[in-house]
Parts: sequence; C-alpha cells; structure tokens
Amino acid sequence: MNGGMNKMQEKKNYSQLRAMKAIAIASFRSIIRNPSAVVFSIAFPLVFIVAFGFINGNSIKMEVGIDPQSDTTGTIYHSFINSPNVELKKQFTAAELNERLNRGRIDAVLKFDKASSTNTEVVEIITSQASREKGMFVRSLVTNLIDKQNIEYYKNVSLHVDSSIIERARETTKPTELRETKISGREYKMIDFILPGQLGFSILSAAVFGTAFVFFSLRQTMVLKRFFATPIRRPYIILGEALSRLIFQLLGSSVIIVIGHFVFGFTLINGIWTALEMLLLSALGLIVFMGFGFVVSGIAKSENVIPPIANIITLPQFLLCGTFFPIDAFPKWLQIISKALPLTYLNDALRMIAFEGAGLMDISSQLLVLVLWGIVVYAAAVRFFRWE
Amino acid sequence: MSNSEIIVVKDLVKHYKEIQAVNGISFSVYEGEIFGLLGPNGAGKTTTLEIIETLREKTSGTVMVDGISLDHNPNAIKQIIGVQLQAANYYPNLMLNELLDLFAGLYNASIDNAEMLALVGLETRGKSKYKELSGGQKQRFSIATTLINKPKIVFLDEPTTGLDPQARRNLWDLIKEIRSKGTTVVITTHYMDEAQILCDRVAIIEKGKIISLNSPEKLIDNLIASGFERKKEVKSANLEDVFLSLTGYEWRDE
Repeated sequence: MNGGMNKMQEKKNYSQLRAMKAIAIASFRSIIRNPSAVVFSIAFPLVFIVAFGFINGNSIKMEVGIDPQSDTTGTIYHSFINSPNVELKKQFTAAELNERLNRGRIDAVLKFDKASSTNTEVVEIITSQASREKGMFVRSLVTNLIDKQNIEYYKNVSLHVDSSIIERARETTKPTELRETKISGREYKMIDFILPGQLGFSILSAAVFGTAFVFFSLRQTMVLKRFFATPIRRPYIILGEALSRLIFQLLGSSVIIVIGHFVFGFTLINGIWTALEMLLLSALGLIVFMGFGFVVSGIAKSENVIPPIANIITLPQFLLCGTFFPIDAFPKWLQIISKALPLTYLNDALRMIAFEGAGLMDISSQLLVLVLWGIVVYAAAVRFFRWE
Repeated sequence: MSNSEIIVVKDLVKHYKEIQAVNGISFSVYEGEIFGLLGPNGAGKTTTLEIIETLREKTSGTVMVDGISLDHNPNAIKQIIGVQLQAANYYPNLMLNELLDLFAGLYNASIDNAEMLALVGLETRGKSKYKELSGGQKQRFSIATTLINKPKIVFLDEPTTGLDPQARRNLWDLIKEIRSKGTTVVITTHYMDEAQILCDRVAIIEKGKIISLNSPEKLIDNLIASGFERKKEVKSANLEDVFLSLTGYEWRDE
C-alpha cells in the first residue's frame, strides 16, 4: 500500500507541460527537416508574391499606336503624350499598326491632324474589339483632353465677341465644365491584394496537408502508440504537435510579411502592430484549418489518398476565396459559394487589417464566421479522428 | 530473483467484436526475472502485453503492476514501466540524441544521452538520424528508449524478429545486462532457442489461454519424463553454430 502511495506522489510531480514541450520541439525539428513543409509554407507563396510583385501597381497601361502621318505640333498631341499610363508606339507604319490593333497587341491607334479649312485640330481614333475596354479608356482620355481644350477655346472666344451674341447662344445651349477633384487616397498596390491572399492560402494548405500527413504517419508508424506508453496524456500530444506547426507557420508568415513589406512595398498601415495583428489572425486561421487536417488524417485509408482529399478542401478555396482574384469579379451564384468558405473571411480580415488598419471590432463578423467554421470542423474532427 | 510478485494478472479477458483474443489468463511475474510469453502468431501474446502496458482496454479481469491497479491508476503504471513495441517507429528525420531528448521530456527524466546510447552500443550514432539505422540498431535504440525512466519492468515485444544471428545474440546480452541491474523483463517471442536461453520462466499461450507455465528446464524435463524422444539424433552443433563460426559473433554495424 505504501508503494501505491509513493506512486500517487510521483504522478502528481509529473509535468504534462514538460512532456508537451518535448513533443513540440521534436515535431518542430521534424517539420523544418521536411522539405515539402518549407516549400508549401514559405517558398510557394513567395514565388507568387514575387511574380505578382513585379506587376505594376494600380495602373492600367494602355499601348497606343501613333499614325506616322500625324502632325505632332498640335496642343492635343502634346497633352496626350504627357498623360499617365500611356505607352506610345511610334515606330510602326499605318499597316503594321492596323495589324497589331487587330490582334489586340495595342489598344488604339491615334492620328493627329489639322483640318486646313477651319484651322481645327482633328484626332482620329481607331479602336478594336480585340481590346475593347482599354480602347474605351483611350477614347475617353482623348475626349477629355478635347473637351478641356474646347472649353478653354470658347472662354477665350467669349472675351473677344459682343456679349449679346453670347447671351443669345446661351438661350439654346450652355457650356458645361467638369470640375474634378482627386483625393490623394492610399495607393492600393497589387501586392496589397496578393500578399494577404497568399498568406491565407499558405496557412490553409500548411494546416490541412501538414496536419493530415503528420497525424496519419504518426499513427501508421506507431509513433503515437509509443507515446501512449509514456505518461503524457493524449490532448497534450495534439497540443505539442499543434504548437510546433503554429510556431513554424508564424515564422513562415513573418518571412512573407517582411519580404513583402521591404521588397515589394506591402502596406502595413500601423507598421509592426499591423504585422503582429496579421500574425494573430494567422494563428486563428491555422487553428481552424488544422481541424480539416485532423478530419483528413482520420478518413484517409492510406497515405496516397491524403493529397486528393486535402486538395478537395484546399483547391476550391484557393480559387474561390479571393486568393488571386477579388470575389466581386465572379458571377453572383459563384459568389454565394465563395462567401460560404472560410478562407474568404481570413483573406478579407487580413486585407482589412493590413490596408485599412481595421481593428478587432471591424473584423468581428469575419472572426465570427471563422470561429463558426472552427466549431463545425472540430465537431467533425472529434467524430473522424482516429488514434489507432 | 526474489519471490515477490511485481505483476499479477487474474482472469484476464479481451474480446474483440468476434474474436476472443485473450480468454481468461492468470499469471504472476516475479521481481527481477526474465519472463517469457511464448506462442504462435495470433495466440494473444501481444494483446496480453499491451493490456498490461496500459495501451489496450481489457474486457474483464484484474491487473496489478508493482502494487498499482491498472483500473485505478494506469498513468502511475506508465511511469514505472518501459515499453518496446513490435514495429514502433520514431520521427525518421530526428537524430538519436534528439529522440532521447524527446523521451526524456515525455518521462520527465534527466538522462545523459551518451551514456544511454553506450548502454545499447550506439555511442557513435548520436548524430545519426533514426531512418539511417539498420534493423538491429533500430531495435537497440528502441530498447534504449525503454530504459530512460529507469523502469522497474521492461516489456519487449518480439525484439529479435527479423534480426541476423549476430544481432540477436547481442540483443540477448543486452537483455541479460538489463536484468542484471535488477530490472524485471517481460518478453514475447516465437523463437524457442531465445526463450530457453533468456527466460527464467515462460508461459506458453495458445488460443488466448495459458497452456503451460514453468521454467524452460522444468518444461523440457516434464516432456522427457512423459516419454518424448527426438526423432533425429542431435549433433553437438547446428547450422547456426556453423554460420556464426564462419561469420563471427561480433556485432555488425550493418
């Protein structure tokens, strides 16, 4: 009986936290030596960020061919070539320009001229179905310039004519002037859209694939069973594994944010605090998405079926949750699906925090949806997860 | 070897859905002995072992380990036993030193890794990854992890299956050494030569029941007394002796 009492004493001194820490360290070492974890969590998102980072800012570049016969002395020509976002193509013949326009390689062809009879400047514009939208941009740019110049002209004319003539003219038509004010809003760059999306996707795929593979193989190779023979309690095994995944993923997210910020000018509206808030949100996302991983590890009958099942979970979210394209670009029915998926809300919240400087209250609805998903997923995980 | 019972199993029963894996087993293991559970595959050896190791629920019966009831305090039992599982593995990418750190944490024990590895003849492999070890080295490492908490009892489930004759013999030496330090050893095997050399007592299990329990010597004597004779005349050496005399007895770093 005395021996029994001693045992009870020993048990009380046993620290589950120390055991959990040992698992977390071992698991972390295992993760960083696993090339696919590093590739998925850090290299992959960075490649996308680098690729999109070089796509220039918010501007739409319009390539405009200038007809070689153009008179380049006019004022309209002068204002046009100084417009932003216009790239001029002057080296081609009229026929070549036509050919390129046909294929959508350039967006419009302009010919500047002077009508000798009225001494008016004339701008001829040719656009093409091959580049309809940008063609329309060029057209409206040109008409704006013409309108401005015409108003200036009539103001000038009115100084030199009898005011009664003007009065009479105003009875039928009045000139209208557009007064335009531009506020200098924050510049929303491509990287500001793409980085949070990549971060979200990196978290999703690491959580689902990583957790599913690790728990499947720990179970299959009986590492877990060997753990069960030690005094650690089962929840602490999961906590230890989860902790190492969390730390690894947060390091990965930090690398992505730091490179995004310093190399590609990713906007961190409140600096380091914004970055920390993003990491906090990443942690929440990771915990929710790890639930999917537990489910997959439980339902997979063999290691080979893990990737297809995990892809069923991650790929639709990759495409539909605003990782690459804003979901506003989708048709309404597709948006309904997008808005049902959890990654949408993580991406949304990350963007709001980073760019708008949103606080926790501002993203409370996103957090709520994530937590609800978490409850659903973990309910399924409890149902499907297998220890043996 | 003292005569105090360190493991007492009474009327142990384990039913799976349709199979009766363990069918009313009772036995005791004495402190400081090497106790063997023998039997063909599927006889219920591993199930019995895993119930005592707290890894499997029993259907009925009682198990006491060093005075602790399995029903009341399985976690206290885990603290005083070392368990080597059939076909268990470790994180393949971790070095042996790191794996020992892991198990030291899991047992809340402080150990000297080098000393631990020397105990099982792996002193030069501390920086090797587990996956780089040979089969015999993996088994030896697995036994090292059972010793971390300085257990009173070590359970070894078919530790020599799949090893070459040299590795087997060296593992036997290791097991004897563990026992010589006062640790009780419970081992399963289906190699009778192994049981005969290692075990103080063996229980032979068949279809979930113990059909015989005694020292190997006694069991052999009983059989001879019943009039049994080997058909062939036994030569004073066998093929394994030939193999070992040709290839040497020393431990291979496979």
